[in-house]
Amino acid sequence: MTTGDLLRVEGLTKAYPGVVANSDVSFAIKPGEVHALLGENGAGKSTLVKMIYGLVRPDHGRMLLRGAEYAPAEPRAARASGVAMVFQHFSLFEALNVAENVALGMENPPKLRELAGKIRQVSQDYGLPLDPSRMVGDLSAGERQRVEIIRCLLQDPKLLIMDEPTSVLTPQEVEILFQTLRQLSAEGTAILYISHKLEEIRALCDEATILRRGKVVATCTPRDRSAREMAELMVGTVLTPPARSGTAKGAVALEVAGLTVDSPIPFGTSLKNVSFKVQRGEVLGIAGVAGNGQDELLLALSGELRSGVDAVQIAGVGMGTAGPNERRRAGLVSAPEERLGHAAAPDMSLVENALLSGDTRKGLTRHGFIDWGKTRAFAEEIVKEFDVRTPGTWVAARALSGGNLQKFVVGRELSQAPSVIVINQPTWGVDASAAAAIRQAILDRAAEGAAVVVISQDLDELLEIADRFAALNEGRLSAPRPVQGLTIDEIGLMMGGAHGMEVAHGHA
Amino acid sequence: MVMLEKRPNPSRFWTAATPVLAVVLTMIAGGVMFAILGKNPLEAIRTIFWDPLFGEFAWYFRGQLLVKAGPLILIAVGLSLGFRAGIWNIGAEGQYIMGAIFGAAVGLAFYPMEAWFIFPLMVIAGAFGGWLWAMIPAVLRTRFRTNEILVSLLLVYVAQSILSSMALGALRNPEGGGFPGSRNLSQYPSAANGELIAGSGMHWGVVAAFIAVIAAYVLLQRHILGFHIRLAGQAPRAARFAGVSPNRLVLLCMGISGALAGLAGLFEVSGPAGQISIDFASGYGFTAIIVAFLGRLNPVGILLAGLLMALTYIGGENASTNLGLPSASIQAFQGMLLFFLLAVDLLSNYRLRLSNRETA
Repeated sequence: MTTGDLLRVEGLTKAYPGVVANSDVSFAIKPGEVHALLGENGAGKSTLVKMIYGLVRPDHGRMLLRGAEYAPAEPRAARASGVAMVFQHFSLFEALNVAENVALGMENPPKLRELAGKIRQVSQDYGLPLDPSRMVGDLSAGERQRVEIIRCLLQDPKLLIMDEPTSVLTPQEVEILFQTLRQLSAEGTAILYISHKLEEIRALCDEATILRRGKVVATCTPRDRSAREMAELMVGTVLTPPARSGTAKGAVALEVAGLTVDSPIPFGTSLKNVSFKVQRGEVLGIAGVAGNGQDELLLALSGELRSGVDAVQIAGVGMGTAGPNERRRAGLVSAPEERLGHAAAPDMSLVENALLSGDTRKGLTRHGFIDWGKTRAFAEEIVKEFDVRTPGTWVAARALSGGNLQKFVVGRELSQAPSVIVINQPTWGVDASAAAAIRQAILDRAAEGAAVVVISQDLDELLEIADRFAALNEGRLSAPRPVQGLTIDEIGLMMGGAHGMEVAHGHA
Repeated sequence: MVMLEKRPNPSRFWTAATPVLAVVLTMIAGGVMFAILGKNPLEAIRTIFWDPLFGEFAWYFRGQLLVKAGPLILIAVGLSLGFRAGIWNIGAEGQYIMGAIFGAAVGLAFYPMEAWFIFPLMVIAGAFGGWLWAMIPAVLRTRFRTNEILVSLLLVYVAQSILSSMALGALRNPEGGGFPGSRNLSQYPSAANGELIAGSGMHWGVVAAFIAVIAAYVLLQRHILGFHIRLAGQAPRAARFAGVSPNRLVLLCMGISGALAGLAGLFEVSGPAGQISIDFASGYGFTAIIVAFLGRLNPVGILLAGLLMALTYIGGENASTNLGLPSASIQAFQGMLLFFLLAVDLLSNYRLRLSNRETA
């Protein structure tokens, strides 16, 4: 056994009914090392860190922390041993302030006033400005993440696990986070960094362990490898970027003019004077940190949220007060971010889910009576054309994996010969090959003359498929600009810069 | 340790088997209860479930079965549509009463005239009365976001007060010698809802119940409206994405269930009950809630559940007269049925797994 390892994982195996999430996984982290855990969705990264954090018990294998046997029965035990974790999805109460939220996660919280002082101290030391008395509901996603990080730092961890921390940050905020992480690492805290963003890993991490289908397929030093090499290790095949043909742009198919609506979501972001035009054959990419009005924009475009008549115009006709089916009739289809419960009904079969939004444009009913034969044929067509892996169309939507359901949902909308397509997070939680297929399908529809709006938090995705680019920041949309010639810095500024954090590491 | 594990697909077998299992468990637990009360449990169960169908006086009770099951099925079918969409009309009892009052009032207004159109008019008035009473919670919910469970339930008590005042006041039989209660509609041929086939218990309400079962089945299986009702109940956000207006759905489902409950009230007051009286309300509107769930909110299931519930009513009455069982124990018995149904319900979506203490 190598001495000096902080955490050593040997032969960890964890099987769930029907799937082996981790199979004989081994790796080691030294004190102060930033170690990347790299893999596609479903590769087993989450299960692995859940075992380290005591949320899941391994079936086989063992872990050693500073040379001693380590088998946390629950997260509390893991925290007591100096292991802390920042989750991808925050567990914060929006109606409580920062200090109260931090106190809720502690075993023996000190008095709130004392705690607030500590929070200020830690946030200054690590360049994470945060006011302990602010309401969490009013914070941006980046600030919420800081609450979670500070909650961990107050425990003085030896190992900090971070699950996809940059998915909610602007490029500038990412840089600030990295400075904090480097500072922690210099002080001897090891960091286990989970991500599938390769450039980030190259910039930050000392070592990387690459997982594929639950197994360790490679270990490498990220700085010595190209992003492409790592991507191919991760996916296991050679990737082809989507092909796009330069199509001539046509007439304006979708125009949004001065769209201002209140958010129907508690603590949501209202849209403020959003305006843009999309021509036929064009892809407009809308970026933004989560929670800056993306959901509301989709609702306002799909027709689930009504606005002034002329705020949303499809082919020059005011449709702001029309419902979803009237807009579908006019040629606009949409795919919301949340697959289960919004884009699809979890307990209904794929056939029924094909009917859900396909009725109007595919003519699946006559005088209100459903033509199940035709509906089944439509569902089967989607499954075939978009390579949805399922035993059949009778299967409940919730039984499909995230990627397969996403292919079905996006496929359902794209198969309706639309003239306007609005998609929020088209490849969220989807593996790389499925994501490539979805992006290609979107580009194909644009080439056929559809106007496309893609809302996404994945900048690489937008830069890959969009012709023009705009960003949502606190419900306002920046003026769209051609993608060609945009720099990452400019994009970051469109997304709201570092949200007032530019001075964070000024003293360092 | 026993663990529950969510099934990827709902089990078809258990969806069909849970009602049967619930009935069996009710028999066992009910038997224990009857034994504690000092009665022979086998005899009690036989009196409730067997004798009405195959016993000495079965010729009479079989007819009664349809008489009791008719209104239960008619009301439950209406309720099931709302329940599927997540709209909770708990006040069918009130709508049932108001349907009876409206329908009876129309019939009595024509008395003693004899004409073919009187009964159809009463049917329309009955459905309208129930619909109107259901529209109160529906409109309050869509306009002011009140809770339809509370409003519809409380309106039952209002309806009961109106019923008493009608029986004592406006609709009282002027030739009744001062006794409370209206004229007997079953003795007024143009307004009577008599047996269609003598001895069968079949009256127009039973016919309406069968039609409602078929119509609801077609609606849910074949019509986009039925699809939207199911969608709204399972995934409200997906329903809005599909273009369903939640308010329209509330008005529609409350309206249908109210109208059907009103019809049930009208057929009852003009047939088996015969008159508007203080004790006209017999709890059909509440029992129908159990019937709706016992039938898994499925029209065919409700048909069977309504017959089963009618059986426990008739058998329970027999048990209390023949064996001296307290009537509260019969109600407890019926309550057990719903309890066990809901308890074993989760088997269709979850499977039981025996495991050691490892957590996932």
